[in-house]
This record gives sequence, C-alpha cells and structure tokens, in this order.
Amino acid sequence: MNEVPLTHILVLSTALFFIGMFGLFTRRNMITILMSVELILNSVNINFVAFNKYLFPEKLDGVFFVLFIIAIAAAEAALAIAIIINLYRNHQSIDVDDATEMKF
Amino acid sequence: MANSSIIFYILSALILTTAILSVTTLKIFRAAIWLLFSLIGIAGLYFWLSVEFIAAVQIIVYVGGIVVLIIFSIFLTQQSGKGMQKNSLRRIIAATIAIAIGFVMTSLLIFQFDFKLENKIFDSGIAKIGTQMLSVEKDGFALPFEVVSILLLAAMVGCIVIAIKSKPQEK
Repeated sequence: MNEVPLTHILVLSTALFFIGMFGLFTRRNMITILMSVELILNSVNINFVAFNKYLFPEKLDGVFFVLFIIAIAAAEAALAIAIIINLYRNHQSIDVDDATEMKF
Repeated sequence: MANSSIIFYILSALILTTAILSVTTLKIFRAAIWLLFSLIGIAGLYFWLSVEFIAAVQIIVYVGGIVVLIIFSIFLTQQSGKGMQKNSLRRIIAATIAIAIGFVMTSLLIFQFDFKLENKIFDSGIAKIGTQMLSVEKDGFALPFEVVSILLLAAMVGCIVIAIKSKPQEK
C-alpha cells in the first residue's frame, strides 16, 4: 500500500511550491502571477492529503481542509480576475509595474 | 520497483515539468495550457492517493472552472499570441538562487524529520465525507460549510461590483 515513502510526496509538493515562488518572483503580468498562486495552493493541498493518508489514516480532517481550500481558491481567482479586468479598463495594461498610483 | 511507485514517479515528472514550463514560457496562452496539464497531473496524483472525491473536485473546480476563467480573462485583456517581454537576467538568476536555497533547506528538513507512520487502512469514501461534512456533532464540519457558502456569495457579489461598467455621467 505505502510503497512510496511520505518524504517523496513532500519533496514533490515542496518543488511545486518553489516553482510557484519562482513564477511570483519573475513574472510581471498579473494573470501569470495568479497562475503561480494556483500552483502554490495546489502544492499545499497535496501536502494535506499526503499527511492525512500517511499519518492519520483513521481521520478525514486533511481531506476537509483541501475541500475548503479549493472553495476559497475559486473565490479568490474570481475576485482577482474581476480586479484584473477593472485594472485593464483603466490602464490598458495588466503589468504590475504600470499600476503604481497607490505606491507611497 | 512496484507498478504503483512507477506511476507516482511518472505523475510527479509530469506535474513538475508542466509547472516549470508554465512559469517560464513567454506566451501567456501557453502558460495557461501548461497550467492545465499540471492541474490534471495533480488530479491523477489524488487518484493515486485514493482520494477519489478530491480528484473529482480538482478536475471540476480547477480544470473546468479556474483555468477556463483564466483563459477567458486572457482573451479579454490582451492578444493571446503576443509574447511577454523577456525578464532581465539578473532577476532570473536572483530568483533561481532564492528558490534553490529554499528548496534545498526544506528538503533537508523533510529528510531529517522522523515521521510516525500509521499502517491503518485509509478510507475516504464519499459517504463518509458527506456525513461528516454536514454533521453538527463534535467532529462535524457543518459550520465551516455554511461559512464558506456565505463567503462564496460575498465573493460573487464582490466580483459583480468590482467588474461592473459604470454608466457614463452625461444626461
């Protein structure tokens, strides 16, 4: 049943998290930044399910956390895209370097 | 090596390759498609972990909902074939060093930590999930469920308010 050790799944989700961080560091376009955030949220979900299955198999708390994270991620993506579309209407651009009005 | 672990390593290779391509490609539409493949790979990983309900939710919400939303917003905000401008080499090198250090340190921690594995049967049947989700007893999740539904409603109203086109002012 548990032929693959837990550490390998955790290393996979760590790698996915840092790939998302790389996207956050290098991208300047708001939609691609949103994609990187989705990758990071997915790596957290893999962690929750793996811990639930390997360490606490008689409970289901990790599965419920994943369900709620997915619901909140959907709400977050919808709101972020509404903000991006509004910004595009005002600036004709969704580059984060162009949106500097609120910079102090 | 057993078949099941071979499937796991193939799935991880698929997820990581498509994720790397998704954050490095210079065409935004291709980035969305690579993200789609990465999310499908993660759904396959959930099937491999035998949490079928999460895998189904992942396919419905992420692949069917969020990626389609992202592709729509790409169409609404720019020409899909137009590439993004190249990043400066300095920023790419700095980001690579930062994530390499973070990845190595986290992996060292993971390999050193002694996990107390349990060898019980993991049962995540949909009936069990549904009963516990709507239960108001001690381990039930009825209250978070209701709070999330109100959050979704608020997010929906917020999206409409933010993205609505204001009427022109002249009479």
